[in-house]
Amino acid sequence: MASEKKKASIFTRLSDTNLLLAITIIIFVLMYLGAVLIQGGGFTKPQTFFNILNANAALILTSCGMSIVMITGGIDISVGGVVALVSMCCAVYLDKHNGNVFVSILIALAIGLAYGVVQGFLVAYLDIQPFIVSLAGMFFARGMTTIVNSAPFNVENEAFVTLKNTRINVPGLGSVNKKGVYVPAYVEIGVIVALLAVVFLFFLLQYTKLGRSFYAVGGNKQSALMLGINVKRTKFLSHLICSLLAGIGGYVYFLHVGSGSPSHASGMEMEAIASSIIGGTMLTGGVGNIIGTLFGVLSLSTIKNIVASAGLDEAWWTGITIAAMLCIFLIIQSVVMAQKKRALKTN
Amino acid sequence: MRKIDKSFPGVRALQGVDFTLCEGEIHALMGENGAGKSTLIKVLTGVYGKDSGTITLKDQGEVTIHSPQDAQRLGISTVYQEITLCPNLTVAENMYIGRTKGTIQHWKKMVQDADKILQNLDIPAKASQQLASCSIAVQQMVAIARAVDMDCKVLILDEPTSSLDEQEVEKLFGLMRDLKARGVGIIFVTHFLDQVYEVCDKITVLRDGCLVGEYEIKDLPRVQLVAKMLGKEMDDLSDIKSEQNAYQGSDADTKVFEAENLQSNAGIKPFDFYIKKGEVNGFTGLLGSGRSESVRAIFGADRVLHGTVKKNGKTIKIAKPLDAMKNGIAYLPEDRKVDGIIGDLSVRENIILAYQVLTGFFRPFSKSQANKFADEYIKKLSIKTASVDTPIKSLSGGNQQKVILARWLLTHPEYLILDEPTRGIDVGTKVDIQKLVLELASEGVSVTFISSETDEMLRTCSRLIVMRDRKVVGELSGDDLTQSKIMSTIAGGESES
Repeated sequence: MASEKKKASIFTRLSDTNLLLAITIIIFVLMYLGAVLIQGGGFTKPQTFFNILNANAALILTSCGMSIVMITGGIDISVGGVVALVSMCCAVYLDKHNGNVFVSILIALAIGLAYGVVQGFLVAYLDIQPFIVSLAGMFFARGMTTIVNSAPFNVENEAFVTLKNTRINVPGLGSVNKKGVYVPAYVEIGVIVALLAVVFLFFLLQYTKLGRSFYAVGGNKQSALMLGINVKRTKFLSHLICSLLAGIGGYVYFLHVGSGSPSHASGMEMEAIASSIIGGTMLTGGVGNIIGTLFGVLSLSTIKNIVASAGLDEAWWTGITIAAMLCIFLIIQSVVMAQKKRALKTN
Repeated sequence: MRKIDKSFPGVRALQGVDFTLCEGEIHALMGENGAGKSTLIKVLTGVYGKDSGTITLKDQGEVTIHSPQDAQRLGISTVYQEITLCPNLTVAENMYIGRTKGTIQHWKKMVQDADKILQNLDIPAKASQQLASCSIAVQQMVAIARAVDMDCKVLILDEPTSSLDEQEVEKLFGLMRDLKARGVGIIFVTHFLDQVYEVCDKITVLRDGCLVGEYEIKDLPRVQLVAKMLGKEMDDLSDIKSEQNAYQGSDADTKVFEAENLQSNAGIKPFDFYIKKGEVNGFTGLLGSGRSESVRAIFGADRVLHGTVKKNGKTIKIAKPLDAMKNGIAYLPEDRKVDGIIGDLSVRENIILAYQVLTGFFRPFSKSQANKFADEYIKKLSIKTASVDTPIKSLSGGNQQKVILARWLLTHPEYLILDEPTRGIDVGTKVDIQKLVLELASEGVSVTFISSETDEMLRTCSRLIVMRDRKVVGELSGDDLTQSKIMSTIAGGESES
């Protein structure tokens, strides 16, 4: 009875957002520990974890953007397309026109910004469903990618290749290989960008008026309006930030793969949505956390890694495990939320 | 705050209404549905523009209010019936969001400030708590706290008590008295008479968009208030009784349906109920007194908490509307647009809907059979429609109502519940429907008839159940069926004034 009461108080003390965040982190830690215990080998090396980060820095960025839109009560399924478009444009510019790396970054930002302005305007000021708007955006981006160049190719621009191969060593976490040589653990530049973005967005959401407005609008649009929040501007900015992050994520993706292809980042928007949801963001809006999203991405990619290293490399295995994981997360979420509601009622 | 006048010329919702609110008073705004209370408040808060008239504030003189934000700046704050706060944010955020300057959110200072105000107003909530974890009453109070902190001079409470229980209402009243002592003028809109007499100083009554009058609370006993709201002076009322045409010829005296101690989650007090075969009875009471909620409980449309329903003396279980339908109960809902018609389907489809549900979806009947049913009832109820295939939304309100009635008649109910069947339809159709009710009763169908118009009820019902504040407070039949008797029962037994 006493323990019951204590549980109730923990439930009620945490806000919905923090409760879901706690669940996500606990599950991620358990999963990773499980992987270490069962599969051993690779998972005990820190570099395995860093490789997960390296491969998914772009997904972290797009998922963060997705979370912000979802917290505000919308959705953006164009992010995968934007990532593909950005990498293709930058690839063509750098390789075929022998362009400048700095300018290519500006191109990426410009594409993201343009997407954000147009989609944000359509959603916020013309009041069109965000799903429809970003669906059109997705088709447009995929189409444009093919128009810019229909065949995949590698970028051989020297300055770019140098940037791509830049490794940032993480001190103290390296390992000794079979020849007895110490190999330092490293992350790519994209990971630094992604983690900086996570920190920045965390502060934006938690400690600025704008960030809190995202939550307010997602929680109850009508109330937010009555409370004196500029709902339209808030919605607009959420889409702007999301698309901008998709632009940055596109460049990070490009930096990781070093090529342009119309089939790049296919399905990334869905992975971003899945990561956000696993990270405790609710599709209904108003609840979510950037740190949670980070862990969402990590959980998703860890499970993919586990599946791959177990030798089940086919795409459908990954699909099925992600589906199973989403189900488990959603069930845990809804059970815990129901529990919380009950705890509140009995109080 | 000296005088707020505003007028709407012509056939608008408000016609030349004056309203005055003084500092430190609680002023009740009363009137039946459609009397113009909400319109008046929406004009005052800038949700609607006004056609003409003036709003004058004590310090600012004459002001124009274009938006809710304008109103807030002038110190007019509104707390609506539905909570207009964000449940996913903390209490403190809800009090401050959208009205502070700067881009950075200072959590610590905000929580401290909020806690101070909450303590000051004696509101049992912590500032760092998530709003959704507070009870509805506390949420309501947080909304008030926000308004108070915005330095409001006028606080409008639009039906704040409708979703609160008695203790919560008490707390809210405490807060209201406290604010009154601080010089805030409060406009209190409610349907609960008891509450008006408990906290208010003055009453302004509106009816059909016109001002009926402004009264000191001690000068206006309940019966007169009810009379003023319904628009019938006490003297005229006794005569109407002579129009004696209530139908009495039931063939049997058996109770077809009985309910004991029935309570649903819609907030009504447990009640007992019975209806005899071929009887027409009715629920009466002011709007919000629980008339609809009672019949919804019988029909299983709201979740029934406890109580039993008996049919012909045998206990039956009604958990959802389909159970009720299978037991021969039909329910014509209050709001036909929301609960009744399916606008894009044809008249025929709307008519056969309930019958189809009863027989089961997997036993379809032929189109010709459906047409036969539809034609039969279109003729019987003289529904004016171009054809059976016309979409129902293109019909007039009265004809839509008849279609829904036909839908339920097709299921051959033993017990028909009509909730406001005559609202918003023309006089001719109203009479048609009333005649039909009496005709059905003579065929042995039991009918419960609910209407806001008491004379309609008197004309059709042989027994009236009177409700006030979600309680059954009396039952009238025979000679007691008079306007004045109904009104005094609604007002609470205080019949002489």
